[in-house]
Amino acid sequence: MAILVDKRTRVIVQGLTGREGTFHAKACAEYGTRIVGGVTPGKGGTTHEGWPIFNTVQEAVDKTDADASVIFVPPPFAADAIMEAADAEVELIVCITEGIPTLDMVRAWEFLQNRRSRLIGPNCPGIISPSKCKIGIMPGRIHKEGPVGIVSRSGTLTYEAVYQLTTRGIGQSTAIGIGGDPIIGTNFVDALELFNRDPQTEAVVMIGEIGGNAEESAAEYVKNHMRKPVVGFIAGQTAPPGRRMGHAGAIISGGKGTAVEKIKVMQAAGIKIATSPAAIGETLLSVLPAVAKA
Amino acid sequence: MKIHEYQAKGILKKYGVAVPRGEMATTREEAERTAGNLFSAGASGVVVKAQIHAGGRGKGGGVKIAKSVEEAVELAGKMLGMRLVTHQTGPEGRIVQRLLIEETLPIEKELYIGILVDREEGKPVFMASAAGGMEIEQVAAQNPQAILKEYIDPGMGLEPFQARKLAFQLGLKPQQVNQAVQFMTGLYKAFEDTDASLLEINPFITTTDGRLFALDAKINFDDNALFRHPDIRELRDVDEEDPLEVEASKYNLNYIKLDGNVGCMVNGAGLAMATMDIVKYAGGMPANFLDVGGGANAEQVTHAFEILLSDKSVKAVLINIFGGILRVDTLATGVVEAARKTNIQLPIVLRLEGTNVEEGREILKQSGLNFIVAETMKDAAEQVVAAANAA
Repeated sequence: MAILVDKRTRVIVQGLTGREGTFHAKACAEYGTRIVGGVTPGKGGTTHEGWPIFNTVQEAVDKTDADASVIFVPPPFAADAIMEAADAEVELIVCITEGIPTLDMVRAWEFLQNRRSRLIGPNCPGIISPSKCKIGIMPGRIHKEGPVGIVSRSGTLTYEAVYQLTTRGIGQSTAIGIGGDPIIGTNFVDALELFNRDPQTEAVVMIGEIGGNAEESAAEYVKNHMRKPVVGFIAGQTAPPGRRMGHAGAIISGGKGTAVEKIKVMQAAGIKIATSPAAIGETLLSVLPAVAKA
Repeated sequence: MKIHEYQAKGILKKYGVAVPRGEMATTREEAERTAGNLFSAGASGVVVKAQIHAGGRGKGGGVKIAKSVEEAVELAGKMLGMRLVTHQTGPEGRIVQRLLIEETLPIEKELYIGILVDREEGKPVFMASAAGGMEIEQVAAQNPQAILKEYIDPGMGLEPFQARKLAFQLGLKPQQVNQAVQFMTGLYKAFEDTDASLLEINPFITTTDGRLFALDAKINFDDNALFRHPDIRELRDVDEEDPLEVEASKYNLNYIKLDGNVGCMVNGAGLAMATMDIVKYAGGMPANFLDVGGGANAEQVTHAFEILLSDKSVKAVLINIFGGILRVDTLATGVVEAARKTNIQLPIVLRLEGTNVEEGREILKQSGLNFIVAETMKDAAEQVVAAANAA
């Protein structure tokens, strides 16, 4: 099982002919992902690294039957790229691009409301179902197929968590980076719902950070609906207030969105908190049903 | 990006938002000229306001009223060059280099307006409150119903009916409502056109003769959108920022100076925060937040390194990299280059994982430099804290 992506997922790359697009498309293909083409306006009809290039997403979808798109388009054009993919009814849009203006995302977010597409990101590492499909920039080799779902606002911190699990022999069903921006497509609650329904997933690791109240909403969902153990970590316990900590969304403003506050709410909802980032793997092991460890 | 009050008011004026008459001054002479003009134009008093990028200026002595030109000049003389400490500046305060000299107005009521993007709703929210002048966070905490909200439909803007609704709820007089509609729609237009991340008018006042003014104005801009606003980029005042942070921003590095002695260089914001956290768990204090970002190349890493090393409180450096976009061999090349270039003497603990990690470790080994290579985050944190404490 796993969620959202598997061996059948057919992926196009928006911005395939760029440096990052090329590098990561190749890495995804090497991992086993079915990359079926790319979109670069003006380069339609050519091929790049053996993949056909199309001028528009619609044309790419019509010709390749793609059901997912990954976006490596530069920030000034990325929100438009998201809307183009949604207009072509691509089921899953994964936007890796960091640095999209917030008001551009406001427009894209509104555009997505009555459409079929699910957006992951932006400003995220993407999604991977180990041994099946990788759509994003995460290093595939650290992952291992297994029972743990991972959802995180951070990129590299997700790799850290995955690595801690894999080195302890615990695999992952799917790992999703939901992104560090204030406005994102798929949020914690969406991902938790999917993991809750997924038969392969037996426990979930949720990695949050300071800013906003997405973790609080997730805690509410866990308290009322989650049937599987959830382990949490919140980055930024030592972050000063009022400063944007790298991610556009990671800011404590008006005394709101602190790590302490989030941890308190998550613990009250029954989420087991790893206090140190080095303890995420151990904490998960302590909640994983015995059968899954075998 | 932040700007000064006088700059924010300059922007608002272009959108038809009423602000008190006034000018910015950097010398006593300029203050004298402006105050003279305002009194000649009929002002009954002027207010001298220190221009720094922090709130709480009034309580810190950075906002004073003068009843004559002489008094204004005297206040300006005292304020220019003074170290203004407020609850937002930290104990070191800020040196006042610019003043805003403005006419005083007969205040009737102090109200509040704020615009920002609501993360949960995914759209901008226009907030207003009759409790102006206070810290709005306190109002939000104690009496959240006192904050009125109108969500903005993207692509449409604040519609007149929404502004009217707010105006009536705020208790404005019927004859003030049309003025308020123009005021509020102008504010929203300014927010949208400039890609602001926060626009706050606190207080927004009514005068005893029935007029409306933005008595104070604060606008922060979305850094991600500055590429399309060259005019706003011009408004940046680097004197208000930490010099190392300014230097870091030239190379697109996310750097924030902190108080400890363990320099941190990490890729990714989340991991960078988590690294600060684990340094603290290991008994140390991080000297900074530094995210070298996804696509950092050797040159950028060299700059990052130089910035870390120019902070004299740094006693040891922890480099924690988990490679995704950033390849570990790229990083290792940068670290070696930077270490040679800066002739670094400080202990450096490295913890590298990810794409091309073997090549990266090989580059470190071949360099002949004295690096401590740690296997795990916990191990790395403990080693770097021990090294910093031993220094």
